Amino acid sequence: MRVSFEVNGRQLAADVWEGESLLYVLRERLGLWGSKNACEQGECGSCSVLLDGQLVCACLVLAAAADGSRVRTVEGMEADRVGRAVQEAMVEAGGVQCGFCTPGFVVSIADLLSKDPHPGVLAVREALAGNICRCTGYVRIFEAVQKAASRL
Amino acid sequence: MEVSSPRTLAEALDEMGAQPATVPLAGGTDLMVAINFGRERPERVMALRRVEELHELTVNRRVRCGAGVTYTRLLEAVRDPAMVQAARTVGSPQIRNAGTLGGNLGTCSPAGDTLPVLAALDAEVVVRSAAGAERRLNLGEWMRGPKKSARRPEELVVAAEWDPAGSSQAFLKAGTRNAMVIAVANLALVVDRVRRRVGLAMGSVGPTILRAQAAEDFARGLFEEAGWERPHRPSPAAAERFGALCAEAAAPIDDVRGTAAYRRHVVAVMARRALARTAAAV
Ligand SMILES: Cc1cc2nc3c(=O)[nH]c(=O)nc-3n(C[C@H](O)[C@H](O)[C@H](O)COP(=O)(O)OP(=O)(O)OC[C@H]3O[C@@H](n4cnc5c(N)ncnc54)[C@H](O)[C@@H]3O)c2cc1C
Ligand code: FES
Ligand code: FES
Repeated sequence: MRVSFEVNGRQLAADVWEGESLLYVLRERLGLWGSKNACEQGECGSCSVLLDGQLVCACLVLAAAADGSRVRTVEGMEADRVGRAVQEAMVEAGGVQCGFCTPGFVVSIADLLSKDPHPGVLAVREALAGNICRCTGYVRIFEAVQKAASRL
Repeated sequence: MEVSSPRTLAEALDEMGAQPATVPLAGGTDLMVAINFGRERPERVMALRRVEELHELTVNRRVRCGAGVTYTRLLEAVRDPAMVQAARTVGSPQIRNAGTLGGNLGTCSPAGDTLPVLAALDAEVVVRSAAGAERRLNLGEWMRGPKKSARRPEELVVAAEWDPAGSSQAFLKAGTRNAMVIAVANLALVVDRVRRRVGLAMGSVGPTILRAQAAEDFARGLFEEAGWERPHRPSPAAAERFGALCAEAAAPIDDVRGTAAYRRHVVAVMARRALARTAAAV
């Protein structure tokens, strides 16, 4: 079947098999490789996107059911102030090592800061509980959140 | 695989009636995992995302929470502390933004975090089909076994309903870490000081959600003695007894997440804490 979404402000369409996840469609049908595929079971958060403004795991969204929705992926983050601040802070704070988890973290952190521009330590931990990083030990990622927040 | 996206409940129910093998899809946080891993290949999926009626949530004299209400919305709108605490422990923000109460009821896992709360609140599961009238089941009637509900193929869960029970409520969950964890055991205690009733239910310690009736009776005695309208501090002996009654009502097994012995132990610990918290809150 044919599905269409507004992805990062652009209207995109693709032919998909009905059982495909939004993550699969973004990566394999639309060439948007920013969202990563690691677990396909909602555990790692590396596929985090905003679907109609809600932070979700793209691997758990049935693309056919999301037809007509608005999607924002990591590729669309630099389009706004919060997204850019998060990207810059991640680089500066050293929140990126292998980088596999980074797109998911950038989207989750941007979502957090757009709702709560100055989150406390516990709020940050709770908000990022759905994103796993195997490299950094999280400390520098948390620093990046504070750095980005201080600039907003 | 065929996918439909009805816009109204009537449309959705008609479709369920015409094609009873249809698998409903809400937030996808259970079903999509099964599809991604090839464990399920339903021939027909009906996405409920756009069915407005299922997103309705009212919290007046009686709470009515549509099946399509996500944990994130539950957390913001519902006042019953046990339900709020349960919703807050589910997964992560991503999972809470997608996962729904109806999906928790649909999956009907003994570890489902809202299920003991619904049982302790004496909530009703409201199910409907195009042909039949609405059915209302309590959680014990709804849950027939691990991942087995009383849903008939043509039915949809439309909502859960309960009477708000005040602030003397607690939900506790034991797991291997604080977030993103399936309960090794969970427990809900609801003390309705106005209606003078006590509900205690436990999950992940048996094939279904278990009520601990002896513990409920015992706690009712404690609140009777201390005065329903007053906060109190249960004696260590009373707390001990309450915990033991809950542990006795549990029917746990050993599995990958924990041993039966640990589950019994942790149920008693959680029960004591729940009692202390509810007794202190008015
Ligand atoms: C990473 C992760 C963490 C999780 N953590 C927790 C947790 O901490 N606690 C917990 O309890 N659960 C947890 N879950 C499981 C899941 O999120 C919950 O069970 C959730 O409530 C499912 O809701 P959903 O809307 O996503 O359901 P879906 O996956 O869409 O559906 C689940 C089942 O319910 C049926 N269904 C859905 N809506 C209806 C309806 N209206 N009528 C009839 N049947 C219906 C579907 O057919 C399907 O069988 C977790 C899942 C993941 C992936
Ligand atoms: S790939 Fe979606 S959460 Fe891991
Ligand atoms: S930087 Fe490697 S997983 Fe996070």
